[in-house]
Amino acid sequence: MKYKSVFDIIGPVMIGPSSSHTAGAARIGRVARDLFGRQPEWARIHLYGSFAETYKGHGTDIAIIGGLLDYDTFDERIKTSFEEAGKLGMKFEFIPETGNAEHPNTARIVVGDSESEMSLTGISIGGGTIEVTELNGFPLRLSGGHSALLVVHDDRAGCIANVANCLAKYDINIGHMEVSRKERGQMALMVIEVDQRIDENVLDEIALIPNITQVTKIAG
Amino acid sequence: MDVLFRNVRELVELAEKEEKLISEIMLEQESLISGRTRDEIMEQMDNNLTVMEEAVEKGLKGVRSFSGLTGGDAVLIQQYIDKGNALSGDLLLDAVSKAVATNEVNAAMGTICATPTAGSAGVVPGTLFAVKNKLDPTREQMIRYLFTSGAFGYVVANNASISGAAGGCQAEVGSASAMAAAAIVEMAGGTPQQSAEAFSITLKNMLGLVCDPVAGLVEVPCVKRNAMGASNAVVAADMALAGVTSRIPTDEVIDAMFKIGQTMPVALKETAKGGLAATPTGKWLEAKIFGTATAGYSN
Repeated sequence: MKYKSVFDIIGPVMIGPSSSHTAGAARIGRVARDLFGRQPEWARIHLYGSFAETYKGHGTDIAIIGGLLDYDTFDERIKTSFEEAGKLGMKFEFIPETGNAEHPNTARIVVGDSESEMSLTGISIGGGTIEVTELNGFPLRLSGGHSALLVVHDDRAGCIANVANCLAKYDINIGHMEVSRKERGQMALMVIEVDQRIDENVLDEIALIPNITQVTKIAG
Repeated sequence: MDVLFRNVRELVELAEKEEKLISEIMLEQESLISGRTRDEIMEQMDNNLTVMEEAVEKGLKGVRSFSGLTGGDAVLIQQYIDKGNALSGDLLLDAVSKAVATNEVNAAMGTICATPTAGSAGVVPGTLFAVKNKLDPTREQMIRYLFTSGAFGYVVANNASISGAAGGCQAEVGSASAMAAAAIVEMAGGTPQQSAEAFSITLKNMLGLVCDPVAGLVEVPCVKRNAMGASNAVVAADMALAGVTSRIPTDEVIDAMFKIGQTMPVALKETAKGGLAATPTGKWLEAKIFGTATAGYSN
């Protein structure tokens, strides 16, 4: 089921005018901000399909920037997000693409600062519900509305078991899990959707497991 | 994931077997999948209802969008109702004006609750607040109206689409109107099956509706489509309560909507490239609002 909650249908509470092009766009921006873990210094946003054709009219651009500033869908500051970004010194650029994407409402966001950069592709599937389909070149399928753990690690034996054991120790149940890697023995990614809340101490413990590079959670 | 229902047939069968309202089944399912208590879920929906009330109130005072394309019509319709000569009936026009009010607030970048989307956010609250004056529901019954709407919307979203970019306006205002029709029936004391009939009758009459927003804005024709969607919902609810049934079962109507959406040209699915958006006036308005440039820009 793509839509899990009745509040995916009667909701979200949001600033208009479009649930997919405004609220969904803000959510894609906010997931990118969440995964980057801090305020990016710059952002390059590629828009595809209907996003590319109608982003100005729907406020898709100010909504994505609002999301990158950590605003929720109903935050009035979305309307002035460009000014707010300016105050924080965040540079941004929108690039409408003519190529086809898998979904008509697709945004690929590249964010960064002096330390690192990150890319993420999000699709807005309707009614404000989104999915993340790519992170740093890894294909994945993750809905923004549920608690999930993203673990970047070296592709070594035992890594997945160690992380799963750690979650089991804290009585956290795994609802859905995907693992992918770029090449054998190179960088790999675990996406773990869980049923319970993940506390910071669990993240800290996972980060200490050998061969784990980065741990991030997305709150549901 | 375990769910109580996957389609309308299962939803209605469960409601009939357990002698429960459709809103009750939706509440139970939400509790099941979220692990939250009934009170927490009711409270969140109560908050959404408050957002809807405030949006209608704001719209009835008169708002205008930044483009200037929409705003003020909800006020005009209310003033007309007050004169007492409305041909289509006060309740129907009241629903229309409150649906318009919500969408005018949405177009003006005000705060609304998507039902199921922002572009179609007027129909469910518009009909609710109009029918309220006749049926005099409790606050709980008004919240239940949203769960009943949500139950039907849940089936459409998971089995077809609620996105204009994926399925055209039939997926947005079409779905919203059919959801509202089903909820009106429950509030008026109809059976779960009558809710399903009202849903089918409404959606059947909105099949094929394209998404062709002028200048890509959620204004023209979106606001007036919500108006007509609201009237469609009220009339279909009355028909179902009178005992009229749909020859095509609800789930097959939903499936037909999905397939029509898939075969609809991309120009008519929220790209602002066809339909009303591509008329001479539509293009002129777009040029006037945005200049001629639609290319990217940077900061």
